[in-house]
Amino acid sequence: MKLMKITKIALLALTSLMFMHAQADYPDKPIGVMVAYGPGGATDFQARIATLASGKEALIGQPIYILNKPGAGGRTGWNWFASEAPKDGSMLAAYNVPHFIAQSIVFDTAYNINTLEPLGNWGADPAVLIVGKDSPFNTVADLLAHADANPGAVTISGAGKFVGHHIAFLQFAKASGRDLTYIPAKGGVDALRLVKAGEVSAGFNNLSDSARSAADLKILAVADLTRHAYLPDVPTLMESGVDVDDSSVNFRGLMVPAGTPQDVIDFLASKTPDMFNDKKTQGKMKSTNSPARVMTRDEVIAMWNERQAYLTDLLAGLQ
Amino acid sequence: MEFLDYFSNVFTVYHIALLVGGTFAGIILGALPGLSPTMSVALLIPFTFHMKPESGLILLGAMYTATVAGGAISAILVNVPGAPANIATAMDGHQMAKKGLSREALHYCFMSSFVGGIFGVFILIFFTPPLARLSLEFGTTELFWIAILGITIIATIDSKSVVKGLLSGLFGLMLATIGDNPVLGVERFVFTDHLEGGVNIVVGLIGLFAMPQVLNLMEKYYSEKHPVLSTEGHSSLMQSFRFVFGKVKALSIGSFIGSLVGIIPGAGGQIAGLVAYDQTKKVSKNQSNYGKGEPEGIIAAESANNSMVGPSLIPLLTLSIPGSPTAAVLLGGLLIHGIFPGHEIFVSENTAPVVWTFIDSLILAQIFMLIIGLFLSRHSGWIMKVPDNYMAVSILVLAVFGTYSIGNSYSDVLIMVVLGTIMFFASKAGFSAVPVVLGIILGPIAENNFLLGKLIGGARYGDDWMIYFTTGTINVTLIVICIASITYGLYSNRKSKRST
Repeated sequence: MKLMKITKIALLALTSLMFMHAQADYPDKPIGVMVAYGPGGATDFQARIATLASGKEALIGQPIYILNKPGAGGRTGWNWFASEAPKDGSMLAAYNVPHFIAQSIVFDTAYNINTLEPLGNWGADPAVLIVGKDSPFNTVADLLAHADANPGAVTISGAGKFVGHHIAFLQFAKASGRDLTYIPAKGGVDALRLVKAGEVSAGFNNLSDSARSAADLKILAVADLTRHAYLPDVPTLMESGVDVDDSSVNFRGLMVPAGTPQDVIDFLASKTPDMFNDKKTQGKMKSTNSPARVMTRDEVIAMWNERQAYLTDLLAGLQ
Repeated sequence: MEFLDYFSNVFTVYHIALLVGGTFAGIILGALPGLSPTMSVALLIPFTFHMKPESGLILLGAMYTATVAGGAISAILVNVPGAPANIATAMDGHQMAKKGLSREALHYCFMSSFVGGIFGVFILIFFTPPLARLSLEFGTTELFWIAILGITIIATIDSKSVVKGLLSGLFGLMLATIGDNPVLGVERFVFTDHLEGGVNIVVGLIGLFAMPQVLNLMEKYYSEKHPVLSTEGHSSLMQSFRFVFGKVKALSIGSFIGSLVGIIPGAGGQIAGLVAYDQTKKVSKNQSNYGKGEPEGIIAAESANNSMVGPSLIPLLTLSIPGSPTAAVLLGGLLIHGIFPGHEIFVSENTAPVVWTFIDSLILAQIFMLIIGLFLSRHSGWIMKVPDNYMAVSILVLAVFGTYSIGNSYSDVLIMVVLGTIMFFASKAGFSAVPVVLGIILGPIAENNFLLGKLIGGARYGDDWMIYFTTGTINVTLIVICIASITYGLYSNRKSKRST
């Protein structure tokens, strides 16, 4: 009898504990953010800065730690995230648009915009068209004139395939109607080296990295809808007469896997923009030359959908 | 002499504490498989977030310096290089340890690391402007030829049989093709999801060295009664000191090649150590003793990988182009502190104090690395006396832990175990792990730069794209060196066959 009673009480206690656990104020423990690139890279250190304030009570109320899962241009980490990561809000991930969307179109991946739920966006790094300091080209028109005289001979470097730089190149080649050659380097730094050393005619690279190297480069144009505050004198590609929009801008933000409870998504989505807008975080973004652009979940959903439609079209010609 | 002006900044209690702590931790971390210099520096960067820029950089610099040297400890004591840079060290270092000369081997290692390291830092201090220009000359095609030069070494580096060396190298090159190719934008040989990320160099390194060692130790434990290791060497510090500084040739070849490799973007300590080892071997009088515990091998490899540290910062600080994989991670460390590389970094009012303090601290880091390293060497005997069964378990735990920590991925652990098991049986048939790792390291450098060079050459010269690879002073020089290396390899192979 006594044993039965104890068992009953124990069971009751256990179920109430489990019930409490489900009801317990999320989040009750530190939250992870999976970064699909190695530690020390731009996405990694921006993710660390962007989530600095998460521990504040008014914000998420729990500290955030970073889990790096690099490999295959981000595919290793994002595949893991979409298929194996816990769907209870204990593990978030950083996204890079257009990278992951372009990859989900070209490769057989576990992730795409339907298996992921955005929470908010912290940064936007546009691609810029650059040439070396000693290059004979001073404007986009110079470069295109050279391409007219020498079809195929104009080489443009970028950080590999199906990333923002590659998208910018594809748009640029299409809109200008010229025969250009894309040189996919192993990463952004290597793509920049090819330009600085004069191995390639030009390059698409991150605005942040290019602005820092202004002494070794000439920045011809920004692949965005408006000029950028860091480079007020540099025209957009549209101003330079080539119809290229902001589809190649490298957006960075946070997401959870689809299937995460709606109340968890709503909670995180309501807090992330404020977390990114934290004063210290914004100061740190600025001092590290990381272009910030805070967007809400709804704005990101709209942006993802727009990119998905556009990139499907653009990349269809390549398959 | 700007570097003298800021020396006093390093001598604060806080900075000295950071240097000592960073160096000590770096040596230990470096000795653990998986926590390579690149990984250690990357993991440390977030911790420097809240430090002042110069303090953060001093800590990162000490870590970079010490991990490169620390990797030699495990290479010598347990034949498991802590990082790719220490592969060449393991070949003779562990043989010395087996003969009971582990303490001497460690003495030689830290002393030659110190000499190379100081040499490299002084190159950084005095020759940055001209060498920054030179580093830009090493482009796509030059890197391709450097990788080919490395491949010419494969056949002879650690095998008695040229055929087995070539086969092992080929196996490594094939492993390197697995996974995503950034230039082609396609996945290759990904038969299971585990292979999606390819074979990471450090995962391969741990698998090919640590796992066979674990299995060897277990086999030894169960088959024979473990032989008690021969007595420890008795050389005093002074004797080691005299010995190392008597090896002027090995030290200068190592330091020179290491510095040169440091300046070249995209090549790092792993190439520095192996090329220096190979070159020193070729001009050595004790050639036949290499691979059997020749101290010169350790001296050349360790002076090379540490002299690479300073010069790898030359293109990093001036051009934002890292001279080694670790320098690439360090770039992130510079950026989060608002230090943006450029030629003006050494003179601008805002950055000059930080940068010069950082460079000065590298000199002190070398000194602390020597002192702490020599202190630890005194106790190397402890590790050599650990019974085989405990040793096997410890290496296994560290190998699994280290592999997992690289990409937080079980797939990597799986790859490590499978490769290690294959290597264990292959080594019984006389195959060596060194050419396999060389293949994994050099394969992507050779292939990707070939593809890029072909694209760029094709855009410039059309069907005559080969011209791009065969013109330019550095390309021609490298081609000549490649031919010489192959010819020499064939010649010495014939000679040794005739003499036996």
